[in-house]
Amino acid sequence: MDVTAAKQIGAGLATLGMIGAGIGVGNIFGNFLNGALRNPSAAAGQIGNLFVGAALAEALGILAFVLGILLKYG
Amino acid sequence: MAADPIHQFQITKLIDFGQVNLPLIGRTDLAFTNSHLAMTIAFLVIVIFLTVVTSNMKVVPGRTQAVGEQLFTMIDNLGDSIIGHEGKKLFPFVFTVFSFILAMNILGLMLTFTVTSQLAITASFAVMTIGLVLVIGFARNGLGFFKLFVPAGVPIVLLPVIVLIEFVSFLLRPVTLALRLFGNMLGGHVALKVFAGFVVALGTLAAGGGFGLLGIPGAGLSLAMVVALTALEFLVAFLQAFVFAVLTCIYLNDVVNLGHGH
Repeated sequence: MDVTAAKQIGAGLATLGMIGAGIGVGNIFGNFLNGALRNPSAAAGQIGNLFVGAALAEALGILAFVLGILLKYG
Repeated sequence: MAADPIHQFQITKLIDFGQVNLPLIGRTDLAFTNSHLAMTIAFLVIVIFLTVVTSNMKVVPGRTQAVGEQLFTMIDNLGDSIIGHEGKKLFPFVFTVFSFILAMNILGLMLTFTVTSQLAITASFAVMTIGLVLVIGFARNGLGFFKLFVPAGVPIVLLPVIVLIEFVSFLLRPVTLALRLFGNMLGGHVALKVFAGFVVALGTLAAGGGFGLLGIPGAGLSLAMVVALTALEFLVAFLQAFVFAVLTCIYLNDVVNLGHGH
């Protein structure tokens, strides 16, 4: 196979890593809403934890994205 | 066809000083680039903003002073809740990093160049943060710093594995810190430009008349998408600066309150 073609296919495959990030971030926000609706008074104090969790889960998706960019333009 | 969405991240020299000899580094290019310009503007914006909000201080804050106090209190509370009593000493570093990243992120949406979408810049911030963590860790705890990699109450059989995992995760901290900010800003701006490219491409198609007129609804949809994404990017710009500050606090807390979590 041509190297450039393989690179393009690889970049496309790298975007699949975002599936995991999507599941992770969705899980965090879904569970947060779940908990927040049961006990709304405790929700405000957990906003910081919520965003840290989302950022940590998202970082792995970002890694996949960076790999894709590196493959396509590197 | 649509313009290259990566083109916006190109660094161009505005004022070229040519080749210079620097001590330690050797021969290198020296120039005032658009990246420098954007960072200088961000710096000036913060300095002017904080000067304006503190220029006429009263016990009961007016509108402008309340804006500054809001920003200040948010990071102050963050340091207090995560690091605790010692957080006050580290507040200047966290607030500086937070406000500088926030200014660069938001100015990136208004100017043509986003400084935080350059890996070199975000990596510098990450190295600074982890460098401070290491310095404080060794200064406060000496060689006890290495207790960071040995969680309490782990069975002796599992210890080598846990220590290895903890060590690797510590090494990955600056990498993820840099890549998260870089990737978020790069990804957001690429998505913006891709949708903006659709508007132009479908618009030119529609200008040809005939079946090309079908491109008009698509162009309108893309334009609406650009507006929505820009709104989202403002949220992301704030959120990423905030997340950077939170993670800085968490990493600092690890070494400041080593061995006695509070």
